[in-house]
Amino acid sequence: MSGGCGRNPPPFPDDEDQERAELDTQVLDSDEDDEDDEGEDIFTGARSKAITPTSAPDEGDIFSEEGSYVRSDVHHTTNGLHSDEELDLFTEATVELTLTNTTSQGRREIIGPTVSACNTTHVPNSILKPSIVTKTMEELKEEESGDQFELNIAVTNPEKIGDGMNAYMSYKVSTQTTLPMFLNKTFSVRRRFSDFLGLYEKISAKHSLVVGKEFLMLTLVGKEDSSSAEFVEKRRAALERYLQRVVAHPSLLQDPDVREFLERDELPRAVNTQALSGPGLLKMINRVSDAVNKMTIKINESDNWFESKLQEVENEEQLLRRLHAAVDSLVNHRKELCSNTVVFSKSVAMLGSVEENSALSRALSQLAEVEDKMEQLHQQQAFSDFFILAELLADYVRLLGAVRCCFEQRMKVWQRLQEAQSTLQKKREAEAKLLWANKPEKLQQAKDDINEWESKVSQYERDFERVTCTVRKEVLRFEKEKARDFKQHIVKYLESLLHTQHRLVKCWEAFLPEAKAIA
Amino acid sequence: SFFPPKLFKRQTLCDMIPLVHSVSVDLNNDASLVIDIPDALCERDKVKFTVHTKTTLSSFQKPEYSVQRQHEDFIWLHDTIVETEEYAGLIIPPAPPKPDFEGPREKMHKLGEGESSMTKEEYAKMKQELEAEYLAVFKKTVQVHEVFLQRLSSHPMFRKDRNFQIFLEYDQDLTVRRKNAKEMFGGFFKNMVKSADEVLISGVKEVDEFFEQEKNFLLDYSSKIKDATAKAEKMTRSHKNVADDYNHISGALNNIAADNNTAFKNMCVLQKVEDRMASDQELKLTELLRYYTRDIQAAKDLLYRRARALADYENSNKALDKARLKGKDVAQAEENQKQCLQKFDKLSESGKKELTSFKARRVVAFRKNLIEMTELEIKHAKNSVSLLQGSIEVLKSN
Repeated sequence: MSGGCGRNPPPFPDDEDQERAELDTQVLDSDEDDEDDEGEDIFTGARSKAITPTSAPDEGDIFSEEGSYVRSDVHHTTNGLHSDEELDLFTEATVELTLTNTTSQGRREIIGPTVSACNTTHVPNSILKPSIVTKTMEELKEEESGDQFELNIAVTNPEKIGDGMNAYMSYKVSTQTTLPMFLNKTFSVRRRFSDFLGLYEKISAKHSLVVGKEFLMLTLVGKEDSSSAEFVEKRRAALERYLQRVVAHPSLLQDPDVREFLERDELPRAVNTQALSGPGLLKMINRVSDAVNKMTIKINESDNWFESKLQEVENEEQLLRRLHAAVDSLVNHRKELCSNTVVFSKSVAMLGSVEENSALSRALSQLAEVEDKMEQLHQQQAFSDFFILAELLADYVRLLGAVRCCFEQRMKVWQRLQEAQSTLQKKREAEAKLLWANKPEKLQQAKDDINEWESKVSQYERDFERVTCTVRKEVLRFEKEKARDFKQHIVKYLESLLHTQHRLVKCWEAFLPEAKAIA
Repeated sequence: SFFPPKLFKRQTLCDMIPLVHSVSVDLNNDASLVIDIPDALCERDKVKFTVHTKTTLSSFQKPEYSVQRQHEDFIWLHDTIVETEEYAGLIIPPAPPKPDFEGPREKMHKLGEGESSMTKEEYAKMKQELEAEYLAVFKKTVQVHEVFLQRLSSHPMFRKDRNFQIFLEYDQDLTVRRKNAKEMFGGFFKNMVKSADEVLISGVKEVDEFFEQEKNFLLDYSSKIKDATAKAEKMTRSHKNVADDYNHISGALNNIAADNNTAFKNMCVLQKVEDRMASDQELKLTELLRYYTRDIQAAKDLLYRRARALADYENSNKALDKARLKGKDVAQAEENQKQCLQKFDKLSESGKKELTSFKARRVVAFRKNLIEMTELEIKHAKNSVSLLQGSIEVLKSN
């Protein structure tokens, strides 16, 4: 399913491409409503499970407590849809048209040109006016039905298998889905790190213009102490995000390799990945960010959508880098605050123990306990800072690099077209020369050459249009996904902060009478 | 220079952080001598405090004064009081610490270096934050100098001190007078106290139950409160770093206000989240601990002086015995012994009173400060809660 629009315009505009990952935040909310009324942060729950790797929460828990990724194709803007609704994806082919933008964000006209541009495969870079397309979208909206399907993925239960040199960490990959293409509704398999790498290797060649397949675990290769609980948790979370991103992409989800990864009990050991581990892997991943800086080709285009979009992407990447650095600093400082708070708490307890006034002494030891609780809150907050915010930003810096890669690929295709056109021109000139020099025996060859190159030019033109269409669609899909992702994470982060502040209020309110009791 | 001469009016300072004399209570209650520091001028390092006095005491020539004083003038006043024999039995209010702008100044320097790597808005915001921090340091130093004077004015003995009056009245620069005074006293009492006190206090054979207890308590408490102060300072510095990081995040997000990028617009919410005030509340506790570390030291100094007086008395006894044995200078030795005893008794009596009221004062101050800090923490956390709830709601409804 790569490449989007194919050579022959499909009967329905983009029917295969309509499986967009729409995250309905409202559905997410309804999951969250089931949670503890105390306002326990999803993540706090997740954290306590992950740090004790041997604990085995049952299936249900995984999906209510882990930040489960809900992917649903939503047809209604008002949405109280639940996961147990049946949907036969493939009978709803026409309805799938409505899948784009049927969330409340759906009215953005950005999506519009994507759809239509792909219909007109022979018009390079044509952008239909947004107004036309929006109307089309509105029409489609009227055909909504109320079905949706869902796919949740969680990566849990890191377990060390084996001993010594051959020991490795195995992760449980659990899937919960109503998608009919899977054999079961709920299933899980165990995978190791190299399996994930193997998956990446398999799909990366097939989906060169897809953003989101990228294996982003740059920091998790080799450097850190691979046995620490923190490292394992970072890796687990990163692997989970990776899979969630993969299944969020309609093309990738359809890929049999992806389905095999999720479903098949025993995967053949990915041998190539041994070569990919360590420096090899790093090099491959870094290729993404290195290559793109050398883009100097300017494409002569009637509209500068691509040029300005690329600029936007580059700016955004810079901004995210800065933000990530700031959040990184925040994580470290908060950890420092934790340790300083603990130390202070002990000191206050000591002070309280020598205090001669008994009420003040008691208040001081209570204060020490409050500070201890503070430390726990700071600890949890640092966790949220990192896993909700920092990792999000780090991922997107690299994903934006991958987007630039798509642009680069398009440029390469353009370049090939240019070269072919130039060659064709030369061939024509050569033919002209031959005619003028009156050398009929070579003329046939020249004519053959011209035919060959005309055909190539034609092919490359189509390629270029196709790639243009695909890249544009992909960029727009990605942007939408990014906006949704960011929003989801920001909300989660704010909720973590909210939770902390609630607890703070409780702690201090409990302390107040102690302070007042001093006499 | 980043910090051009600034005149800070009390009103401005009041706006920043509520002015509460939590470290010491019951000051400035007596209308016969009311002192405050309404404003101060800051030039680079030097701070010039305006000391304002209103009095009905006849010992003063005028009913109202306004004079300019530097930190060194306060130190001079403190030292002369320490070295006055008459006050040996009193707890002498600790000298205010030197104004320390090193923290904000260093940060301002770093900001200057990093200016090229941030946008104008970001730079402006950070500069604003730093100026506020600078102002907070400034406000604290004014407060601490003010409290020192008010402790003196509210004490029956100190308020009558001649040098105190000069400090309040003299309308010229005190620098010249300070120099002369230094030559006279040489500051040797102070130096002696620093080197000998722990050993002497713990070495003395104590007959009085009260002072025995006091000694044990003060020695132990002194080290613990010093430790707690240091740890509190470290903790509030960390908290400040966290707040600064949020400022950086806000600063970076400010850039994208013009952008049409929904994702980032959502993140802008983070700007409102971490307030600088969060660390200010902890500062209260740190200030309290810091102040009482100094006050405990002043109490220990009193014990030291008494211990020295006791040692003198014991020596005078020995000298008397020796004199009696030799049969020489007995009358002189007797007189000396009598005086030593008198001094010791006077110190003991006055010391007991001072230490007792100090206990009470300390407990009251801790109570007041802990309550205020807790109430502020609760208030701030509740504000944050409603802010965050509002932001979450807005995001979810979009």
